[in-house]
Amino acid sequence: MWLQANWEEPLIFEKGGKGRRGYIVPVDEEIRKEVGDPLVPEKLRRSKNAEIPELSEQEVVRHFTRLSQMSFGVDQGMVPLGSCTMKYNPKVEEIASSLAESLHPLQDEASVQGIMWVLYQMQDWLAEITGMDLCSLQVPAGSAGELAGVLMIRKYNAEKGRTKDEMLVADTAHGTNPASASMAGFKVIYIRSNNEGLVDLNALRSSLSDRTAGFMLTNPNTLGLFEANILEISKAMHEKDALLYYDGANLNGILGIARPGDMGFDVVHLNLHKTFAVPHGGGGPGAAAICAKGEIANYLPGPLVKLGKGQYRFESPPKSIGRISTFYGNVGNIVRSYAYILGLGSSGLKKVAELSTLGTNYLIAKLRGIQGLRLYPDNEKPRKHEVVYTGREMVKETGVTAEDVAKAILDRGFYAPTIYFPPVVEEAVMIEPTETEPKEVLDAFATALREISAKAYSDPEEIKKSPLRTARRRVDLAKANHPSTVTPTYRVKRLRESGNISALV
Amino acid sequence: MLYHPWLPNLSQVREMLQEIGVESIEQLFSDIPPDVRLKRELRVAEKEPLSEYQISLLLGQVISMNQKLKYPPFLGGGACPHYIPHAVKSIIGRSEFYTSYTPYQPEVSQGLLQALFEYQSMIAELLEMEVVNASMYDWGSTLGEAALMSYRLNGRRRILVPKAANRYRLEVLKTWARGRGLIVQEYDYDAKGRIDLGDLERKVDRDVSMIYVEQPNYFGVLEDSVEAVVDATRKVGAISAIGVKPVSLGILKPPGEYGFDIAIGDAQELGIPLNFGGPYAGIFAVRWDARLVRQMPGRIVGMTTDVEGREAFTLILQTREQFARREKATSNITTNESLMAIAAAIMLALLGPVGIKELAEEILSRSRYAYRKILKEGGGVVFDSDFYEEFLVSIPNYETIHSNLLSNGIHGGRELEKGVVQFCVTEVHTKRMIDELVSRIGESIVVTG
Repeated sequence: MWLQANWEEPLIFEKGGKGRRGYIVPVDEEIRKEVGDPLVPEKLRRSKNAEIPELSEQEVVRHFTRLSQMSFGVDQGMVPLGSCTMKYNPKVEEIASSLAESLHPLQDEASVQGIMWVLYQMQDWLAEITGMDLCSLQVPAGSAGELAGVLMIRKYNAEKGRTKDEMLVADTAHGTNPASASMAGFKVIYIRSNNEGLVDLNALRSSLSDRTAGFMLTNPNTLGLFEANILEISKAMHEKDALLYYDGANLNGILGIARPGDMGFDVVHLNLHKTFAVPHGGGGPGAAAICAKGEIANYLPGPLVKLGKGQYRFESPPKSIGRISTFYGNVGNIVRSYAYILGLGSSGLKKVAELSTLGTNYLIAKLRGIQGLRLYPDNEKPRKHEVVYTGREMVKETGVTAEDVAKAILDRGFYAPTIYFPPVVEEAVMIEPTETEPKEVLDAFATALREISAKAYSDPEEIKKSPLRTARRRVDLAKANHPSTVTPTYRVKRLRESGNISALV
Repeated sequence: MLYHPWLPNLSQVREMLQEIGVESIEQLFSDIPPDVRLKRELRVAEKEPLSEYQISLLLGQVISMNQKLKYPPFLGGGACPHYIPHAVKSIIGRSEFYTSYTPYQPEVSQGLLQALFEYQSMIAELLEMEVVNASMYDWGSTLGEAALMSYRLNGRRRILVPKAANRYRLEVLKTWARGRGLIVQEYDYDAKGRIDLGDLERKVDRDVSMIYVEQPNYFGVLEDSVEAVVDATRKVGAISAIGVKPVSLGILKPPGEYGFDIAIGDAQELGIPLNFGGPYAGIFAVRWDARLVRQMPGRIVGMTTDVEGREAFTLILQTREQFARREKATSNITTNESLMAIAAAIMLALLGPVGIKELAEEILSRSRYAYRKILKEGGGVVFDSDFYEEFLVSIPNYETIHSNLLSNGIHGGRELEKGVVQFCVTEVHTKRMIDELVSRIGESIVVTG
């Protein structure tokens, strides 16, 4: 039975010994002699050394190796987090990452034609995959892509002299959509979904006005359902001179099968760390693209790679909103997606969509009739990349919540699904298996969930105790967040212990 | 396609369909209207998968299209080359870290959370600021977030930035500021390349939201009166923000000692490759003040205990974030640069308090050496000031020199304007490399005046 490593590893500040070092700084004595001292005026000098620990190389390596063993990634087991697309990250990507490693972003373009060729191809490929005219890779992650997209819409309308200050957002949307719209200065208006889990067309029409700048939507939506009325939605939007924005977090299930551009979307962002297998890095770095069709493509963030006279060069679109990140986006990760796409080929990309959708629906079949968890919405429609269950009945009948279920899953050697999202679903459990989990793993996951459900009905207290097999049991969130105990750094801990810091109020 | 190493279920399709109760995969897509279906193959890469060997050959071809440089480039402007100890690469190459997700489930993610907490904590010591988040994208976008945070705090729209700040970062700031209608205004530098205190004073008023300064600035020049920025903000109730290079703090006075509200920067120089511009890792820190902490963007890891009273870590203050607060969130940021933050933590742990001081001194020493040598060869002084790591010299015919250098496999500095060249010299540039750079400059420099 699975049991997570538990090293009881102390904080790095509590390790090591005075005078130890993990790295020799190369000191050139000849230069030092020639240059002399002091190198910095007294006024600008630090008065005492930073209070960071002193360790040998092995101590550092062992410490972080132990910490890594108390972490859980896709290489350890299934990570069925909904809307996160935690697929396997092929190891060939590790070779690809060396492509950009030693290149400085401000090198003479003539000296970096190889990497620019890769970026050029990726711009092109992602435009083809999304059905857009042009893509910019300048955005370092999905949310940054969203921000770019809504800023483009804002600038586009401003230049057309249109007062459009409202952004529509589906009530099943990722939380980043309203947050991005708000950062771009839009008023956010939510469009509710109907009992089929799809955009309510009447609600949409009644919210549409001349003030509507756009509608942020993901398709398939976060319930894993394809918005079958998408052409009507896009027609309604375009009639009001409003634009349709595609949140590409959920592209995995329709890759090569249907393209946002053909559905009427005008602006699209993609998370390369989801659909295109960039590893998530414990929260990042990711990589992303922002793509657009028609006139609005002139507003993409720059610089982009262009080709002319056999040379690649950086250039910004004519009406660009400017830079979203300092240089060209997360190139070190874009090259990983490049290798991933090469390894699949266009026929393999379509297989990704087919097999991820197959995996989701297979899991649904294996979970048929599970007590306490009901499909949301409760219908037979095929799901795409992901599926959402509601634990409403379970909590009512046993007191076991979606969170309890998640913790019990951890005890069985899987990461937990996304829970309490989307907010329109009570006690939501959102599962995205991806195409890379073998059938037997899906079987084992379904069996685990069934066991948990059975236990919830026979011995709910047992489930509520979980997790028991992880490095830690449930953590005290009240203490973690309380003004008098909140501890964001060791410095705060130290200052609090010596009575030199007040409560955070 | 019968099999593929990344698609295990290709050979189980039939039994899986049977379990579902449908005839074909096609039926699972029956709800997609025919009008939006793609009726042809995607035109991407090759049609068929490439093997790992074929991919590696192709990647080799890409690398051969880049010019192979003899030495690390003498380039700055937002990133400088530094040596990365193999221990850093080895640890962040552990897939328990790099294939994991944001630690939403703390019980099974203690190691990842602790590593991020240690990153926050070591950066906090370096900055002498109390609260650091688990990373932002990069310095430029972090500056954008700092401005938006200041606006949320005081509702004012004017952001004062130095004309001597990194130009790319200022461009990013202007993009991020546009949404909220913030106005970015620059204050000038003086003949020494340092803050023009008179101009700053003229521009400070009660409608200023934030004043930003960089130490060292875009020219590499060490500002000698950043405290004037803190004083100015206090007079008008604005937010003070400083951008710093973390390694330089091995020797330079930390932001906390000056009393800055916000400190930002980039952890790139702490164990993160140049990566052709990214991923890097934006540093975001504030001092211990509830108003600042609660308006801070990004994820923060904190220390607590579990139900058995054992020390534990978890994401904290999450009510600021997009998934909880949606349009009222402090930022839309979700994916950050955690793995890069861990690299920085490892680098700091390897260096230790004395190592980082030595590294900063070595950078100072080598950049100073290169600067003096170039002047000796006929380069002109642009700003007669102390500097760190980067410096400017005037070389009127640099365009020609640059081409000559490049054809000899050396990437020199880069012109900020015609004849004004910015160089970056760090611990990776040995005396021999610097001497060769300088002698090649000397061979063809045209000395004017």
